[in-house]
Amino acid sequence: MTQNEILQQSPQVLIEKYPFLTSFFDGQHWMADLNPTRSLAELFALIDEGFAEDHAFDADAFIGQLIDFITEMQAFIGNDTFKVNKLTILPGTNKSGEPEGFEKLDFEPKTITSIVGPTGSGKSRLLADIEWVAQGDTPTRRKMLINEQLPDSAWRFSGNKKLVAQLSQNMNFVMDLTVKEFLELHAKSRMVSDADDLINRIISSANELAGEKFSPDTAITALSGGQSRALMIADTALLSQSPVVLIDEIENAGIDRKKALEILTGEDKIVLMATHDPLLALMADQRIVIKNGGIHSVIKTSAEERALLAELEKADIKHQKMRTALRSGAVLQGENLKY
Amino acid sequence: MNLVTISGPPSSGKTAVILKTAESLKQRGLKIGAVKFDCLYTDDDVAYEKAGIPVKKGLSGSLCPDHYFVSNIEAVTAWGVEEKFDLLVSESAGLCNRCSPYVKDIKAVCVIDNLSGINTPRKIGPMLRMADIVVITKGDIVSQAEREVFAAGVYAVNPGAVIMHVNGLTGQGAYELSTLLFDENQHIDTLKGKKLRFSMPSALCSYCLGETRIGESYQMGNVRKIDLKNN
Repeated sequence: MTQNEILQQSPQVLIEKYPFLTSFFDGQHWMADLNPTRSLAELFALIDEGFAEDHAFDADAFIGQLIDFITEMQAFIGNDTFKVNKLTILPGTNKSGEPEGFEKLDFEPKTITSIVGPTGSGKSRLLADIEWVAQGDTPTRRKMLINEQLPDSAWRFSGNKKLVAQLSQNMNFVMDLTVKEFLELHAKSRMVSDADDLINRIISSANELAGEKFSPDTAITALSGGQSRALMIADTALLSQSPVVLIDEIENAGIDRKKALEILTGEDKIVLMATHDPLLALMADQRIVIKNGGIHSVIKTSAEERALLAELEKADIKHQKMRTALRSGAVLQGENLKY
Repeated sequence: MNLVTISGPPSSGKTAVILKTAESLKQRGLKIGAVKFDCLYTDDDVAYEKAGIPVKKGLSGSLCPDHYFVSNIEAVTAWGVEEKFDLLVSESAGLCNRCSPYVKDIKAVCVIDNLSGINTPRKIGPMLRMADIVVITKGDIVSQAEREVFAAGVYAVNPGAVIMHVNGLTGQGAYELSTLLFDENQHIDTLKGKKLRFSMPSALCSYCLGETRIGESYQMGNVRKIDLKNN
């Protein structure tokens, strides 16, 4: 649509045509008291200099942004079916300029990759490279491919299209809303039209992960640590648009970690997980070892390690059972430790 | 020289973002200078000096910080040119939401944080709506959902901007921001003749001139009344 065509339309007609414009018009306070059935050109004619100053309104900037918004949202909605089937990292160098220890590193949906290495070794740089879809233009000189092709620059610059969703230890909910209101808000920002079903699924998934259940009417700030983490994970799995999820250590408290990973991979996410917990590290299909700012090696989880994992899981279940027993007031005995 | 104006609400993380970004720029061998505009007090100049960045600070005191900024940015630019900086960063706190600190053809960055509230993007005027790049900070302490909702709120009021997440503590995203700030083909020698992107907030009343007494008879000049009847 050209500028002139848009000027002849009223906000009401535009919203009927492009329902996503609601959020755009909501942010235009200068319109608040004007008649939405009149054309933009007519509305502009009503605006005098004083009114424009008060509302910091600039007609040219407004029309430019309106056109940007429509164009981008249409591309975004049309692109919703675009699927990341493979993410590839081509090697760069470590801090000393030596080549990284792999040929080509692929990540596919439903797979888990753990990332190990000391603090400051370059884990956040790796994540940033993925988020920025590095093209040999970051300090590591790594290159990324999406579906074996050079990625679209929209992954870098678009506010609505981010490659990586992040879940980390010190994240908290800060909004003063109930669980249901909060999820509705998130769904709205994602332009999900029929959100009720999705919201119910998120809440029931989160309740499966958390030890103690919460209701849709619970305030998000009143959730326990475990419940918050459970809700964040379920929400990221089902409602975040980002195909890659980076998890920075899942705390071993009040949450079923194995199930958490299952929910994420079940929603076709590519899961990257920074962890030094053997139970989590071995749940991954492969692990990346980071040293001196570069990827030192990539290790596929071996059959022996998988067998070890089974042992660790048994120990973990014991541990969880004792936790539950303690919570209900039981006295632990020697046999609690036997496998 | 390149000039970038960086603005944002108080405590949104402007200085932290600039310092982390400057580290990346300095590694490329670029000479960075900074100017910090504030209202009553700032010790950010110490932080800049500590990072080895030459800095000037200006305090607007009793004047509107925006007006103070625009009356001084040209002289500050001349200082930057004289010092032969590759990039001069001007940092100013947006103290009212009607601030409008950007100049046409000069790169404008707005820094805003995830903790500032979901409706904040709508409340901020030209400082956010007319920025070329919007940097969202403090993403490491809120949930993924809140980050997405907040970014969507920013997008709705400034769909043309590049929206980035930068962590002022760890510097995640700062390198990426640095690649957008410096353009070797851009040369600013003076701001003379350039224009603001939008007019600044205005006032000219008895209180601007130091009146402290309250009451109808002391209000003179550009005075506006709250509408209590149809409110």
